[in-house]
Amino acid sequence: MPNPDDIQVILATDCGSTTTKAILIEKIDGQYRQTYRGEAPTTVEEPVADVTAGVINAVTEVGELAGRKLVDDDGQIIRPANGDVGCDVYISTSSAGGGLQMMVAGLVRQMTGASAKRAALGAGAIVMDMIAANDKRLPHEQIQRIRELRPDMILLSGGTDGGNSRKVVEIAELIAPARPQPRFGSQYRMPLIYAGNAEAAPLVEDVFDDNVELKTVPNIRPVLERENLAPARDAIHDLFLEHVMAHAPGYNKLIGWTDAPIMPTPGAVGDILRTIAERQGVNAVAVDIGGATTDVFSVFPGPDGKPTFNRTVSANLGMSYSISNVVAEATLDSVLRWVHLDMDERELRNRVKNKMIRPTTIPQTLEALVFEQAVSREALRLAYLQHKEFATTLQGVQQQRTVGDTFTQSGGGETIVDNMKLNLLVASGGVLSHAPRMHQTAAMLIDAFEPEGVTRLAKDSIFMMPHLGVLAQVHAQAALEVFEKDCLIYLGTCVAPKGQGKVGKRCFSYDLQAPNLNEHGEMAFGELRMFPLAPDETAHIRIQPARGFDVGAGPGKEYEADVRGGEVGLILDARGRPLALPDQPRETVTKWIQALRLYD
Amino acid sequence: MSQAYTPGLKVTPRIRHQVRRILPLSGDVMVKKGDKVQARDVAAQTDMPGDIFPVNLANVLAISPGDVPKSLLVKEGDSVEVGQTIARSEGIFGFFKSEYQAKTAGVVESISGVTGQVILRGQPRPIQVLAYLTGEVVEVLPNEGCVIEADICYVQGIFGIGGEAYGVLESVCETPHDELTADRVTDNLKDKIIIGGARMTGDAVRKAIEIGAAAIISGGMDDSDLKDILGYDLGVAVTGSEHVGTTVIITEGFGDIAMAERTFDLLRTHVGQSAAVNGATQIRAGVMRPEILIPLAAGELSQVQEPRHFGGQLEVGRPVRIIRDPYFGRLGEVADLPAEPAILGSGSKARVLDVKLNDGEQVRVPRANVELIEL
Repeated sequence: MPNPDDIQVILATDCGSTTTKAILIEKIDGQYRQTYRGEAPTTVEEPVADVTAGVINAVTEVGELAGRKLVDDDGQIIRPANGDVGCDVYISTSSAGGGLQMMVAGLVRQMTGASAKRAALGAGAIVMDMIAANDKRLPHEQIQRIRELRPDMILLSGGTDGGNSRKVVEIAELIAPARPQPRFGSQYRMPLIYAGNAEAAPLVEDVFDDNVELKTVPNIRPVLERENLAPARDAIHDLFLEHVMAHAPGYNKLIGWTDAPIMPTPGAVGDILRTIAERQGVNAVAVDIGGATTDVFSVFPGPDGKPTFNRTVSANLGMSYSISNVVAEATLDSVLRWVHLDMDERELRNRVKNKMIRPTTIPQTLEALVFEQAVSREALRLAYLQHKEFATTLQGVQQQRTVGDTFTQSGGGETIVDNMKLNLLVASGGVLSHAPRMHQTAAMLIDAFEPEGVTRLAKDSIFMMPHLGVLAQVHAQAALEVFEKDCLIYLGTCVAPKGQGKVGKRCFSYDLQAPNLNEHGEMAFGELRMFPLAPDETAHIRIQPARGFDVGAGPGKEYEADVRGGEVGLILDARGRPLALPDQPRETVTKWIQALRLYD
Repeated sequence: MSQAYTPGLKVTPRIRHQVRRILPLSGDVMVKKGDKVQARDVAAQTDMPGDIFPVNLANVLAISPGDVPKSLLVKEGDSVEVGQTIARSEGIFGFFKSEYQAKTAGVVESISGVTGQVILRGQPRPIQVLAYLTGEVVEVLPNEGCVIEADICYVQGIFGIGGEAYGVLESVCETPHDELTADRVTDNLKDKIIIGGARMTGDAVRKAIEIGAAAIISGGMDDSDLKDILGYDLGVAVTGSEHVGTTVIITEGFGDIAMAERTFDLLRTHVGQSAAVNGATQIRAGVMRPEILIPLAAGELSQVQEPRHFGGQLEVGRPVRIIRDPYFGRLGEVADLPAEPAILGSGSKARVLDVKLNDGEQVRVPRANVELIEL
């Protein structure tokens, strides 16, 4: 690993399930900038079955675009950089093969179970199921479930240090005889991390035989009112590399190539969002909607006031493989709430299934695009609901709270996700990133996430957050510079008062001042309006909400702030929060679509 | 660039095909290398360990976990019957003894002095793996299963429900454009694999289930019919374990779509022959498509060809099918492959191709929305 000051050229790859993306970051005039991007199909399946083949293809493409020779004749990445040959650092993330799939177990579902789930999700895993003493399943049903799952890894937690050992050993006794079968075949020893009551550790170790690779780490919940997720999360990362990745085709070779440990893609995205939110002092939500899954990341203050990071994976909400599940969960009627064109239900249902069985097709007509973007609103809405339910006051890293708090929260927990406090909402993933117009991306974000008060909207230009997350591990300065200059495209700012009113009645008055903007007027409830404000412009806004409406200063209180522009501009949204669509929304939705000039 | 890669399904009249038949747990392989097997022969079998029934005797008998081992009347490895007393507490001064009678038969797997939990394992369940492919055993994987090879006609579908099924092929449509309606499904098709043409109606599938057909195969079906038959809206395309009674396979897609002519003709040439089908579909990394395997008669073996996918390079003149609206299901041939991306009706920019449809019309579609076919 060279001295950080000497690093001129950084190569980063992200091995996804279908595509391997490579980006080049170069130091230009003393600053790190993302310069070129290439991609190639991921090669973890027959006939190639070696992930490095796809990596070399993607890197070769980026090298050709950059006029830089990055791969030598032996198929090795050339280091260090010398003139227009080679790079100084090579790093990678991976979600190939369906990512890291885990099962977690704890004693009480809402307490140690939730802590274990948070540790796994924070490490970038998909949590297939959670087994807890109080999950309302009978023991033999739990065992049956463990047997059916084929996780890559298990995280077992339970009990506070010095507390009852018996219950946690009981859970271990359910897992051991069930002998869950790993995805990678009978030769694979299932990694199992024990992160529960420290005094029960020897007893738990006695329960398991050589079928599992047991690793004991400090308790995830050493006392009732404090979580300690880091050791379990680090262990997940280590075992991910040592076991899961080592069994995926070609990864042993790739691990040898990289200058930093390969991270699960979502783990890297979480790291960069957390870094940015902390550095800028903002509350942020980011979403990555893919073909199969939707990841939501958030940073909000926990009960102790410290920024708290949460991540959820909605495993079956996505736009191709999972599109049929979105329609099944949300119902077709809910999807059609967002559609202003006449569509035939029978044909739509067939169209959804055809997208599911041929996931790589793209919308050709405007009608198909409108429908796909309507589905995406529902997918995002459902994923965000799941995120809010999960990110409660009981969750977070190293939280300190009193026992009294814990008991009051045990009934369900208050979500720490507060849309009124949300400062930055970041979009990523095909349907959001590749929407033909930025206005459509902004509209999908606003309709699905319903930001309240004043919220800045952005999108990840080419989905480079994973690369930057892992880069932050080796060169934080380079990661931050690229994030700020090249990663985010700002769409603009959304102003949306919280509250309900009667359609047509005054919702708020506005006064907007900027060098190229001088507007004032009133917004009636149900209205949506857009004003141009360029990305490098700032407007001073004064909002006077009607009684019962809140823009951030309190119900009915005037709000004044400087807000930033973007590719779309400034959006005034007087549709109320929570956003309620009328029973016959066609006419209303048409007006909204026209106001934001989505499809004309 | 005038070429692009597009995926496709495998449909081939002759192929040397192998199947791996593997047990979920290690067990006994019932065949040996060189054996000739029939599709329904048992290739391997094992006993799946029985279900586990944990009993917390400390709670049940109201004693401390440490006292559980000495209260037990059985030891690890013992078999117990339903109603058998397996534990009795010492009580207080010999009185107030409490007992526990087993509620399930099984074997005592473990006894924990830490938790007071006793694990009973129920009777093992036998599992058999059939040969599936009529052919020759070419490899035995000790304790796991075997590999069977045969020369077959092989057809992949696009989507299916239901697992492995066996039967004789029967065709009920004259052309691939005929709808497979309920009146074509007659009682004599019991245990048969029904070959249709274009969309199969919901009534036709229900009739096939009612008369006990092994499988029903056609070009397409409506999603609303699939929902009715399953009883729920299918969310994720991971199928194969449905128990509707008949395996259902569509070869082309959802909606009004005719079976590809080549597939239709191929299946029709094997009417009256036995076949094995599997509706299991997984559209994820490691994609799995439903399939139809027809062992070839001895006279056809000399013409075995290398496996061919309907994939490869898009080139001018190659036949394609459009797989997305507004031209879903239309057939034609590549007329041009413009190098520059074009703006679509949706406003998106994408690589496109021009397709000359069979009726002479020429249309421009995204390259992602076609698949190569063979006529």
